[in-house]
Amino acid sequence: MSSAVQPATETFLTLKLDSSEILPRFENANNWQERYRQIMLLGKSLPKLEDEFRVEQAQVRGCESNAWLYHSEIDGKHYYLADSDARIVKGLVALLLTACHGKSSAEIAAFDIDAYFDKLGLTGQLSPSRTNGLFALAKAIKASV
Amino acid sequence: MDFPQLRAQFPTLEQTLEGYPLCYLDTAATSQKPNRVIDAMTQYYHNNNANVHRAAHQLSSRATSQYEAVRDQLKGFIKASRREEIIFTHGTTESINMVTHGLINQIQSGDIILIDTAAHHANIVPWQELAKRSGAIIKPIPLTDDCRIDELAYEELLKQKPAIVALCHVSNALGTLNPVNNLVAKAKATGAITLVDGAQAIAHLEIDVQAIGCDFYVFSGHKMYGPTGIGVLYGRFDILDKLEPMMTGGEMIKAVSFDVTEFNILPNRLEAGTPPIAEVIGLGAAIDFILALPKAETAQREQTLLAYLQNQLTGLGDIHLYGANKNNIGAVAFNLASEHHQDVGILLDQQGIAVRCGHHCAMPLMQSLGIKGCCRASIGVYTSKEDIDRFIEALASVKEMLLD
Repeated sequence: MSSAVQPATETFLTLKLDSSEILPRFENANNWQERYRQIMLLGKSLPKLEDEFRVEQAQVRGCESNAWLYHSEIDGKHYYLADSDARIVKGLVALLLTACHGKSSAEIAAFDIDAYFDKLGLTGQLSPSRTNGLFALAKAIKASV
Repeated sequence: MDFPQLRAQFPTLEQTLEGYPLCYLDTAATSQKPNRVIDAMTQYYHNNNANVHRAAHQLSSRATSQYEAVRDQLKGFIKASRREEIIFTHGTTESINMVTHGLINQIQSGDIILIDTAAHHANIVPWQELAKRSGAIIKPIPLTDDCRIDELAYEELLKQKPAIVALCHVSNALGTLNPVNNLVAKAKATGAITLVDGAQAIAHLEIDVQAIGCDFYVFSGHKMYGPTGIGVLYGRFDILDKLEPMMTGGEMIKAVSFDVTEFNILPNRLEAGTPPIAEVIGLGAAIDFILALPKAETAQREQTLLAYLQNQLTGLGDIHLYGANKNNIGAVAFNLASEHHQDVGILLDQQGIAVRCGHHCAMPLMQSLGIKGCCRASIGVYTSKEDIDRFIEALASVKEMLLD
């Protein structure tokens, strides 16, 4: 995740993910089609990383799709920027960031990713055997604090 | 042939995933196993479990007979001229590695190794390693626009007198069929050693290694309704006999002292250690299964299904097919518009559809096609028209979700 290039600090702070607004959409989805529609919509709302930041050093290994992750610690809180060239992975990344963006080290360390995805009706998305790379991204986020 | 009865022999297919019946279209990655394969392995462990070629007791004698009988079966199955030409390995990858390691003393710096651009990594990386060790030069054989070997370019490359030509019989990623008899004959005419990767052909085509005329033919058990962990290296006796063993140790020796070791003769010379005995026996059952199928009917059925699959995909619209035509064997590769193959795969999986999505262990091929990856639907003897219909219906819903 370490990289020679790093987006400006302000960029990290401009990313807003309001969990009280986002999470009910998943909790209220009553079938997988609706959940995946929400995932993709959420992915669309996550800003695209500029090409200069879509570089190998920022790539998270273990993803079938390309996924990039940046981390910045500002005033004791952790902020992230991430992107993927696959829509569902990008949406799932946005869901992960919803839970971790702007949180303290203790909060991120205590964050139970499996329980979080279970609650959202997305059990199975985090298995390391899946090729979607979310597991690798979750590990990278946990490792960043 | 009673199709429902045939399909009922595959217990894995009788399950639902998240409420959807499993639709298994990933046979090219690994085939499902019929009961007789599973039973043969269970029977070995239940009744005959012993090491082969060693003990004086009856269990070992039974195990050895069963194990060596499969070698004879394989000799007939691929029409080898001698049973010693059949070497058991753990799969296609190990078979190719045995060849690339074994040829080290026969390859010199500057020698050329031609490799099919559509080859999967198992038929690329071991040659690259041989090139590193020997100073040989790897050259890819270009493909035509429809993903077949460009025969004119191939003939030009052959003028450079390559030492080795490594081909695939049927491409792993695309299902494209190579005219291997013709390609091998041309390579042999220039004196090259030839290896044909038959991993994707063995379950679909009748293989005659002598008619192909290759020096080596390799395949895996698990893609031909047999177990994982077992594969075959066929080598023409005289050239196999010259291979340096990749593995040394027990089984492959005639006499050992602390001063010198004398190696055994073929096939033992290339089968060091305890082999995968149950898997060999399972492979034997897989051959029985294939031989019991009505050949012409099965082949016709698979070709009809594949053509139907290609037509239905085309009819869906916004589908890009790669290398698809009527000569394909077992598989069709595609992408949905410019959507990421992984998105398509995840949404199909949600509906119980198993297809392969990715670079298919053929990254150079993907580079030559200018894509990051694609989806591949592949069929086997148990695949039904209903499977294809369900897949197309599911893909239509994926298309609606992704493109609306």
